[in-house]
Amino acid sequence: MAHDVEGHSAGTEVPGNPAQEGAFPPFDPANFTSELIWLVLTFGALYLLMSKLALPRVAAILAARKDRIDSDLATAAKAQDEAAAAAAAHEKTLADARAKAQSVGQAAQAELNAQADTRRHALEADLNAKLATAEAQIAATKTAALSNVDAIATEAAQAILQHITGQPADAAAVAAAVAAQKA
Amino acid sequence: MSEAGPAIDPIHQFHIHPIAPLNIFGVDASFTNASLFMLIVFLAIAFLMVLGTSGSHIVPNRLQAAAEMAYEFVASTVRQTAGEAGMKFFPFVFSVFMFVFFSNFIGLIPYTFTVTSQIIVTFAFACFIIGLVIAYGFYKNGMHFLNLFVPSGVSPVLLPFIVLIEIISFASRPISLSVRLFANMLAGHITLKVFGGFVAMLLGAGVYALLAPLPLIGIVLLTAFELLVAFLQAYVFAILTCVYLNDAIHPGH
Repeated sequence: MAHDVEGHSAGTEVPGNPAQEGAFPPFDPANFTSELIWLVLTFGALYLLMSKLALPRVAAILAARKDRIDSDLATAAKAQDEAAAAAAAHEKTLADARAKAQSVGQAAQAELNAQADTRRHALEADLNAKLATAEAQIAATKTAALSNVDAIATEAAQAILQHITGQPADAAAVAAAVAAQKA
Repeated sequence: MSEAGPAIDPIHQFHIHPIAPLNIFGVDASFTNASLFMLIVFLAIAFLMVLGTSGSHIVPNRLQAAAEMAYEFVASTVRQTAGEAGMKFFPFVFSVFMFVFFSNFIGLIPYTFTVTSQIIVTFAFACFIIGLVIAYGFYKNGMHFLNLFVPSGVSPVLLPFIVLIEIISFASRPISLSVRLFANMLAGHITLKVFGGFVAMLLGAGVYALLAPLPLIGIVLLTAFELLVAFLQAYVFAILTCVYLNDAIHPGH
């Protein structure tokens, strides 16, 4: 064993012909100390660098991204709620306006109907009044005319009698005869 | 690769040679090609995880997306395997996963050195992990940690055998953990090298050069397979680390 180790150390010092050494190089104990020393140095440095600098930084990046995504999602949800509320308000305004327009239309129509009714009633009353006056006038005229007929008949009978008899007729007797004929 | 001709040595790629010899108090601390690639692995991970996240963009760029993906992948593995209490080991598991993963991957580039193909590296990781499990297990649970070796609901007759088996299985963990990774890397690289050697040999063998594309196609397929193995072994290493740490956190069966 001691001879072996000596052989290696001698072998490693002879450059150019390392393949002729006895030991399988990955198992060669001659290299163990330097490999261990450099492994401890490099891996120690790697561990310190990773644990103190790199990994906290990556963790911070991931946390910042998660926060950002969460807050963005919350903002988006809020905006969506607001949009929904705005849409509901719009719908309500629209419905209100529609209802109002309908009621205004109905009121206007009712008013117009009422106006038309009153005007029609006034007109009808006016016309009825005029009709009544006209009828009264006709009746008066008729009465007057009928009374004139008596006088005319009496006068005509007197004239006829005077023409026939040649002497003036008794006015009172003629009037009585006309009245008797008329009855 | 440096030796042309028939003398193709698939082991050559695992040789360690000093770049800057260094001796501190009689201890060999030479900066070797293995050290160089450990440094490259460290710098590559640092580049991805530190430079990649330097912008801290809400919408990530490509490098930051890769860094975040690595983070979330390992974090979910730790959380699923060791629970929320295991997250205190997350930086360690993450470092282990990234180190092994980058070592495996960078090692697949031709002319590079695979750090994880050295048994001492994987064994050091495995021993440290098991040491961490034992230390944290006793620190967190005191003597209750020994319940790990005593499954509940076993008849008293069988109990001694079960305890023995549990202890053996626990003791073999550092070996299985380290050898699994090391052997996968070693075997994969040797296979690639041997197939590469076939191509070179067939090309230099007259009319048989016509057959040279066959092992070349083999290399292409094997490389794809080795990419999968490189990721899978790093993942297995990390998930087993989590499983063992979970034993330390929750020792009851």
